[in-house]
Amino acid sequence: MAGSHIFFDLSVRNVRLNFLRSLLASLGIVIGVVAISAMGMLGANMQLILTARLSQNVNIVSVSPISGGEFGGGSVSSTNNYISDIQVQQIKQVVGHNIVIPLHTGSDTIMIGSNKGRASIIGIDPSDVSYLVTVAEGTDLSGTTGALVGATLANDSNLNLGSRIKIGSNEVPVMVVGILNATGFGTGLNADRAILVPDHWYTSIYGNNGEYNTVNVIVNNINDLSSIRDAIDKRLNRNTNVVRISDPTSMLQNIQQSLGTMTSFLTMLGGISLLVAAVSIFNVMMMSVSERIREIGILRSIGTKKGEVRRMFLYEAFILGAVGAGIGGLLSFIIGYLVVGLLIGNITYFFMPQSLVYLPYGMAIGIIICVLAGIYPAWKASNLNPIEALRHE
Amino acid sequence: MEKGIIGTVQEEEVMGEKGMGGEPLIKLDNVTKVYPLLSGDVVALSHVSLDIYEGDFIAIMGPSGSGKSTLLNQLGCLDVPTSGDLFIMGNNTKEMSDDDLSELRRDSIGFIFQTFNLINLLKAYENVEYPLILKRQVDHSKQRAEEVLHLLGIDDTLMIHTPRQLSGGQQQRVAIARALINDPKILLCDEPTGNLDSTTGIQIMDILSGLNKQGRTVIMVTHDSRIAGYANHTINMIDGRIV
Repeated sequence: MAGSHIFFDLSVRNVRLNFLRSLLASLGIVIGVVAISAMGMLGANMQLILTARLSQNVNIVSVSPISGGEFGGGSVSSTNNYISDIQVQQIKQVVGHNIVIPLHTGSDTIMIGSNKGRASIIGIDPSDVSYLVTVAEGTDLSGTTGALVGATLANDSNLNLGSRIKIGSNEVPVMVVGILNATGFGTGLNADRAILVPDHWYTSIYGNNGEYNTVNVIVNNINDLSSIRDAIDKRLNRNTNVVRISDPTSMLQNIQQSLGTMTSFLTMLGGISLLVAAVSIFNVMMMSVSERIREIGILRSIGTKKGEVRRMFLYEAFILGAVGAGIGGLLSFIIGYLVVGLLIGNITYFFMPQSLVYLPYGMAIGIIICVLAGIYPAWKASNLNPIEALRHE
Repeated sequence: MEKGIIGTVQEEEVMGEKGMGGEPLIKLDNVTKVYPLLSGDVVALSHVSLDIYEGDFIAIMGPSGSGKSTLLNQLGCLDVPTSGDLFIMGNNTKEMSDDDLSELRRDSIGFIFQTFNLINLLKAYENVEYPLILKRQVDHSKQRAEEVLHLLGIDDTLMIHTPRQLSGGQQQRVAIARALINDPKILLCDEPTGNLDSTTGIQIMDILSGLNKQGRTVIMVTHDSRIAGYANHTINMIDGRIV
């Protein structure tokens, strides 16, 4: 008998003696732990994958003049407020290694064949195109005087590579050299209904050389969004507010919060099964106390203290919980992997700490629930009258 | 000096310390025990006063319901008086906490029951070892348990069995070993031979008598006048009173 671990030893022996009953009780904990851990890992992986996907588009801080015309903010020629080259340099100074992309933006009439319409016109340094958009067909703007068109505009207007668009009242022709992928989320550049042209072409038509309507800052680390926004604000809006700075942090936070709530909900669903298991453990512990009343009387008669009896039964509950949590943890890893793989189809983030943390989390909850379920039976056992317990048949 | 089953004791202590004017080991002063029941209070002990000295061998006799077991439970600190005072080695049990009473039972009192009351989850030697471990005396506890078991006639083969695998006499020897392992001053025996055949009963009584001769105070409840004959004092009880 292992010294002062006698009570633990007695608990182990009792669990062994009632092996099947103990195993069945632990099975409830196994199911509960698997439910909590697997659901948690599923939610966490969804959150990680979506965050990663969104982060590809939402890592842009957008700076625009307060009364200036951003996308669709009136005709190009009517824009008086702008961000100057000096301000662009100031932005570059405060954002460090992050990429700064000044843009000329506006809208103008366009002619496609005989159809007349209106579209956003964006003048961009050709070398910056790849930072903001991806070309689905054709080439980018490097070395050309052509234009890239957004996915929606190209689709709606039946534009193909080589199509010609006439821009503005002077009907300046430009050839489509590339069609963009849909840009989707993001405040940086909504180019789905826009025409992207080289900045030198834009200024040759509209003037405004060195005067930008928008400056986008692509932030390398999404966690720096807020600090970069603050740094630009501090630098450019020092005396009066001359620029509006927007970043997608709040949107990203909302999405993350929603996904977090969903993960919590899934985990809670798992928790319900663990509560059912707790009732089972409670029942088994009460049975154990009932069956061992005489033994408790003997232990008390030879000098075992109430606290020691309590500890013995709490150990038993802990053993049931630990066995259940151990098996549950192992199964959770396997089932979680399968569930994430099958339902999400991407296990890239499965081994990330944010995902795997649900394993110890589920196991710990399993053990805690078991010990909690054992408190009343242990208390009852310790408070049995030793004389009545000794007389118990 | 005589080598006893546990430790060494003075031969002349057989008569107890009463004659030498010592303080009683156990003193009951007007002890009453009432069990409140829905049908009315049951007076199990009524104004019992008694002095028991170290080295006494006392038999408590009386018909069923006379209060013998209640008295033994009081002496064993399994219960406290409703009124009156019970002093064990100078300590008033009414003023002791439950943990204090547990420690007193563990350190100074050995119980021997009619139904042996061994823990079936434990092997014979582990049952004997248990009180030592409770006392945190874990060094050589197994060796100590084996020594006591050997002295009581339980060999190495038997001591690794669980109680259910032993005969009644063997179980009672194990129970006596358990009662003795912490070297208690007081042995409380509740019908120690009640579940044994007469030959085994005599062997057990010889052991108890030997322990008393080594100086231990033995208090024994029995119905059997032949068994009571081993004691040097007999207390008769009727209706919760000593008569």
